[in-house]
Amino acid sequence: MADIILNKIYVKVWRQNSPKAKGRFETYQVENVSQGTSFLEMIDILNDKLIREGKDPIAFDHDCREGICGMCSMYVNGHAHGPDTEVTTCQLHMRKFSEGQTIVVEPWRAAAFPVIKDVMVDRTAFEKIQQAGGYVSVNTGGVPDGNVILIGQDDAEEAMDAAACIGCGACVATCKNSSAMLFVAAKVSQLAKLPQGKIEAKKRAKAMVAKMDELGFGSCTNTGGCELACPKSISIAHIARLNREYLSAKLSD
Amino acid sequence: MSSFLSASIGRKFLMSITGLFLISFLCIHLTLNLFLTFDDTGTLFNLAANFMATNPFIRIMEPLLALGFIIHIIWSGWITLENMRARPQKYAYGDQLLSWWAPAKNMFILGFMVLIFLIIHISNFWIKMKLTGDPLLKDVVVDGVEMHNAYALVSNLFLSRWYDLLYVAGGILIGLHISHGFWSAFQTIGFSNQIWLKRLKFLAIAIGIVFAAGFSYIPLYFMIKF
Ligand code: HEM
Ligand code: SF4
Ligand code: FES
Repeated sequence: MADIILNKIYVKVWRQNSPKAKGRFETYQVENVSQGTSFLEMIDILNDKLIREGKDPIAFDHDCREGICGMCSMYVNGHAHGPDTEVTTCQLHMRKFSEGQTIVVEPWRAAAFPVIKDVMVDRTAFEKIQQAGGYVSVNTGGVPDGNVILIGQDDAEEAMDAAACIGCGACVATCKNSSAMLFVAAKVSQLAKLPQGKIEAKKRAKAMVAKMDELGFGSCTNTGGCELACPKSISIAHIARLNREYLSAKLSD
Repeated sequence: MSSFLSASIGRKFLMSITGLFLISFLCIHLTLNLFLTFDDTGTLFNLAANFMATNPFIRIMEPLLALGFIIHIIWSGWITLENMRARPQKYAYGDQLLSWWAPAKNMFILGFMVLIFLIIHISNFWIKMKLTGDPLLKDVVVDGVEMHNAYALVSNLFLSRWYDLLYVAGGILIGLHISHGFWSAFQTIGFSNQIWLKRLKFLAIAIGIVFAAGFSYIPLYFMIKF
């Protein structure tokens, strides 16, 4: 199939020089973009043009460009990771856009994710939440036999579903409350379903929720936008489990 | 404990418990109010209203109900405010995933409109029945028992088409609030999973429709009949 070329599109992107600086939108024209181009490649083309014009290129996070690292945080036309389902921005293609269209690109907006530059935000908050309790203790010594601890198929599946979370922050970016509940739920759930996670279960739920609150994320009102925006389709059923884990830990205090 | 009630999940827990409590009250309230439409002489409704006014269990529940409302309202304001602070800079091109009117996105606005309706509703009936009195309430005798003529007060108010419409709107607002609130409350207390999520969401809409239709039916009945 012959590739369709977009002769002209407009990219209206958030420009902000530093965390403290006041940002503004800037609109750029991009020409001759194949619809087979990925969204980030289109930004690369635009940046190439900006550099050659002696202008500052758009700063954006990216790494794997195959939907696994969770770096490519961009809010495109009112959708975290753009107008496609179950993809990250790097997996988004220009075939989702049409000739002459203006594409609005914004950074994740949340008090807990301050802008570093342009559409690049600081997501250290997620790491801090993980450090607060998203781990299991392991004994040192010889390697244990993998078959010693038996795990039921259903539990393994559910834990794996939760473990699919790549920490991209699309849930926070989409949530009207900038709540990190889907992320925390995924991180708590992936361990709650496994015997290895049982030891620190109570401490984990309490510590991670306390950290999430402290860092200025909003609280969940079960709006459900997060699961629709999540590139890994993490279900909000995991949020119910987090609530259960947290409440039962608090009750047994 | 105080840290629990101010933590994100703790605050939500309080909202969900009070919300479910308010729903259970609404079930009783709707059932009794429907008596208004079963007997146009008003005897049946007066008996029901008198039973509620004199029943010791209900007398105990009344202040609890007021407390439930107050907690639900204060905590809802607190959560909503904190949640707004969590996104100081809004998007220029806002969220496209849920429609603008989705109850899930508008719980505070819906709740606030329900509150305004409730204030009018309480001044229409409760204040007159419990505090100030009203000539329409002049005692009637049913089976040898003297009681307020609550039916006269209600049926008189519903002669006004404006009040009829206001009460229809009140019913619809409550229905919308509950069509999200019901399943949300179970999700908050952790009673949900992949399977129950679907069931609870279905039930929430069904209950929302029952409340909206039930509460609207009463003023519509008076509007059409009288
Ligand atoms: C008849 C009266 C009411 C009933 C039956 C009711 C019921 C509920 C229920 C069951 C919830 C879900 C709780 C949860 O998600 O955990 C809820 C949430 C909420 N209610 Fe009410 N409510 C009523 C009145 C009000 C009023 C008067 C207000 C405010 C002025 C209000 C504001 C809210 C807010 C902001 C939420 C949102 C929290 C969320 O989205 O999860 N409600 N309500
Ligand atoms: S839950 Fe989904 S949207 Fe949220 S950080 Fe994980 S992968 Fe991203
Ligand atoms: S760049 Fe790694 S997920 Fe997009």
